[in-house]
Amino acid sequence: MIKEYTTITEVNGPLIIVSKISDVKYNELVEIELSDGEKRRGQVLEISEDKAIVQLFEGTSGIDIAHSKVRFLGKSIEIPVSLEMLGRIFDGSGRPIDNGPGILAEKRLDINGNPLNPYARDYPNDFIQTGISSIDVLNTLVRGQKLPIFSGSGLPHSKVASQIARQAKVLGKEETFSVVFAAMGITFEESYFFANDFRRTGAIEKSVMYINLANDPAIERIITPRIALTTAEYLAFEKDMHVLVILTDMTNYCEALREVSAARKEVPGRRGYPGYLYTDLATLYERAGRIKNKKGSITLVPILSMPEDDKTHPIPDLTGYITEGQIILARELHLRGIYPPINILPSLSRLKDKGIGKNKTREDHSNVMNQLFSSYARGKESKELATILGEAALTEEDKKYVKFSDKFEELFIQQGEHENRDIEESLNIGWETLAMLPVNELKRIKDEYIQKYLPKISGEDENNK
Amino acid sequence: MQQNVGKIIKVSGPVVIADGLRGAKMYDVVKVSEKKLTGEIIELNGDKITIQVYEETSGIGPGEPVYTTGLPLSVELGPGLIQSIYDGIQRPLDVIYQKEGVYIARGVNAESLDKLKKWDFKPMKRKGEKVVAGDRLGVVQETSLVNHYILVPIGIQGELVSINEGTFTVIDVIAEIKDISGKIHEIQMLQKWPVRKTRPYLEKLSPVEPLITGQRVIDTFFTIAKGGTACVPGPFGSGKTVVQHQLSKWCNAEIIVFIGCGERGNEMTDVLLEFPELIDPNTGKPLMERTVLIANTSNMPVAAREASVYTGITIAEYYRDMGYNVALMADSTSRWAEAMREISGRLEEMPGEEGYPAYLGTRIASFYERSGRVKTLANEDREATISVIGAVSPPGGDLSEPVTQNTLRTVQVYWSLQDKLAYKRHFPAIDWLRSYSLYLDQLSKFFEEEISKEFVIIRKKAMGILQEESELEETVRLIGIDALSRMERLTLETARSIREDFLHQNAFDEIDTYTSMKKQFLMLDLIIYFHERAKDTMDESSEISIDQINHLTAKNQIARSKFIPEDQLDKFEKIKNDIDQQIKSLISENKRKDE
Repeated sequence: MIKEYTTITEVNGPLIIVSKISDVKYNELVEIELSDGEKRRGQVLEISEDKAIVQLFEGTSGIDIAHSKVRFLGKSIEIPVSLEMLGRIFDGSGRPIDNGPGILAEKRLDINGNPLNPYARDYPNDFIQTGISSIDVLNTLVRGQKLPIFSGSGLPHSKVASQIARQAKVLGKEETFSVVFAAMGITFEESYFFANDFRRTGAIEKSVMYINLANDPAIERIITPRIALTTAEYLAFEKDMHVLVILTDMTNYCEALREVSAARKEVPGRRGYPGYLYTDLATLYERAGRIKNKKGSITLVPILSMPEDDKTHPIPDLTGYITEGQIILARELHLRGIYPPINILPSLSRLKDKGIGKNKTREDHSNVMNQLFSSYARGKESKELATILGEAALTEEDKKYVKFSDKFEELFIQQGEHENRDIEESLNIGWETLAMLPVNELKRIKDEYIQKYLPKISGEDENNK
Repeated sequence: MQQNVGKIIKVSGPVVIADGLRGAKMYDVVKVSEKKLTGEIIELNGDKITIQVYEETSGIGPGEPVYTTGLPLSVELGPGLIQSIYDGIQRPLDVIYQKEGVYIARGVNAESLDKLKKWDFKPMKRKGEKVVAGDRLGVVQETSLVNHYILVPIGIQGELVSINEGTFTVIDVIAEIKDISGKIHEIQMLQKWPVRKTRPYLEKLSPVEPLITGQRVIDTFFTIAKGGTACVPGPFGSGKTVVQHQLSKWCNAEIIVFIGCGERGNEMTDVLLEFPELIDPNTGKPLMERTVLIANTSNMPVAAREASVYTGITIAEYYRDMGYNVALMADSTSRWAEAMREISGRLEEMPGEEGYPAYLGTRIASFYERSGRVKTLANEDREATISVIGAVSPPGGDLSEPVTQNTLRTVQVYWSLQDKLAYKRHFPAIDWLRSYSLYLDQLSKFFEEEISKEFVIIRKKAMGILQEESELEETVRLIGIDALSRMERLTLETARSIREDFLHQNAFDEIDTYTSMKKQFLMLDLIIYFHERAKDTMDESSEISIDQINHLTAKNQIARSKFIPEDQLDKFEKIKNDIDQQIKSLISENKRKDE
């Protein structure tokens, strides 16, 4: 009982209005057949007694009012899923683009998902070793967390993300991650980089890639992350896999959302983004997590570029309010040639406390982390003071902090793109840099750990005096 | 009953418009379509009614039916509320999980209170007594911490014609009351109350006691009163949620209502897993036994988020009416305001500032006004309080935005969270120069009588030092530290000590996470004592340098004083003696050098 109409009365940006319809439902999937036989897909955004507002994912160019046919398919958007999807590449709507065969569906899933009952969640507390010191020690990622990378144009977020995807593993277990990768409006080069990197390292075998490039239809970006997350949910909660989802670039997703909102003439919130941007993003990000009595997990790393590196822009701002922390990249470090240019101080992982410490990483982890943060903050402050007043105006103590923070950036933050440090090594490098400070300044570390882990060089220094 | 079925004519997200429902009243609950999705009437326009639907509306379309229940959105009140976890419209999430699995399916129905569970009811009134609304009819042991008093329902008074002791379900009749007209009212333990209506009380009173939270910066400097209101605005990552969690863990209210309003799912999981393990320092029982959770996380339907704060405060009022001190945390009120904005946008209302509806201010004010210290209904002369603590999430940390501004106009305590402090890992990241509490004068008497006569003076001195620090820092930034006198440098050192040794508090350290009022006073007193002793000494002898003072071991003892357990508070007196000793030997050492 598929209903077909030829009653398009208005085409407006990504929207069409279909009149004289009956028995159409909200959110229903729509198929439009153009006069030349091309088929496009859309979704009902609003429905009143005799007209429906439909958003088209592949744009409205070439649609004519007289001859295009509209079919309401009586269901919401679904994708076929099966284990065969691993190793495959799809477009932003989920159609294969790697010349492989279509997917034989094990089942079909609604891409919008259902809200997860908070009571059914299990708390994420398994430490993920990414091999990147500034993440592992200071902004620890745990399994089931959503931790975005806030970047800017020209910064190496792709490299950082693919390094995480390549190296991520859980200590003590040989489990690795499957990767679901969704690209929204990124350039060919960027997507090529990921695909190539995944292929080269063999990661592609356990990856599913969805690619919507910059020149692909913008509105399609609204469904791409939903398809990716639906796939991830299938792999994680039905096939017991640990899935790492990378969504890049969320800024393009939000812009697509704004385009639809503007076409609907909705009252805008900040900077023209719709008032429901928070809720909309939350329905994506909150699909990450762990579930009681299920083996698998979804760890989500969305990447977004901050317009003008502005953290208060609505997209990073609302993201930060939903995700469990953020990794912020700093242009200043990048310009000085430091990779990964992670801006330590404003970066944060909210779930770190339950994932670190004895039996998870190492007993001194939390102390070392707090000490590094506060010492580095002090060092940065002293440096600022030095640029205003000149180095001479600093106290002896301040000078030590300046030296510490330089060393910290050079040894601890900086590492190779293919350098995979284990957590012991990362913590030891942390201690090595802390050894440059007088022992009585290490107020946040318990004495017993200082005895046990602090390299003895600093003690000798004091004796030499 | 025929006329009570309407027909949908439009669907736009959570907003549904229907017609043909004659006799529908504003804020009545309706059931939408055959799936029986719960909704509420929010606008009446001739024959058309506008409904906000508390569940996802995919697959709903024009022509489908709408049924009215004729009742406003209400919560069920009675034994069994404590330790529950509800969504925004009081559906128990644990029951839904057992029934439906991990996802919240649509149209799912679950009883807010278990109708089969039996409770031991002990009467407190006898047959033949005259009772009025709010009187305690009897009591049920709800948890080991909470005596749940069954009150005479609001609107009923008269003579008790029967009352039964024994085990009953919440819907069994436990008593009968004959009113003046001779009508007999059957009383169940279960009562209902519409969420958008304030529960009545006899009289509102001014708060006189502090709500003690064990958080030093809050209790000592920016105290909230029992029955007071506070807001915690801050950008993301500044620790709003940790402050809210700390308060709900340690504050000395008897009942906690925690509303997770449009926030992260994992945070609710954290509460659910952690609270049953934590022991209340005041009673020695698990904290969960005094807590009601409302969780409408950000991915759950937006209209139910709008309702969640009302559901929460109604439950809080119900326990207040029994005579309890209740604390309600709402995290975050910004998400509630955004839910209002979204619904308002779908209604095509004329927007106010930043797209928020023009009635935003009124709604916020009337929510916070449901707090307070009151004389409850009943002849029994009871006083009880509701304290409300709301988190605010200003976009971009910009406090000039409408939700923050409207909140600040209403609340009496302002804890200003700064990301600058959070980056330095100074937690709680409450800015001591911007925050304020308007209760300090009112509560001085309590502190002076219960803690120490010196309390207010010490606090004032400490605040003065912190103020002075910010001025001195300005100088240091411009001219350098050498421009400061010895005394000024001492002030900087003491200020640093107040910041690092007193204000900074680690929520994840076993001992540091909670500090009693007595210990808070001793800690601050110690810092000020050291400051004044050092100052006197430097006054007397111009030879003593600030570095010498800094190197006294007493400084380290002060820094470690936060880790002194609550049962060893006599150690503070010993540290004071040590300070005297060390300063004495410092003076004599200097004298020897001179000679």
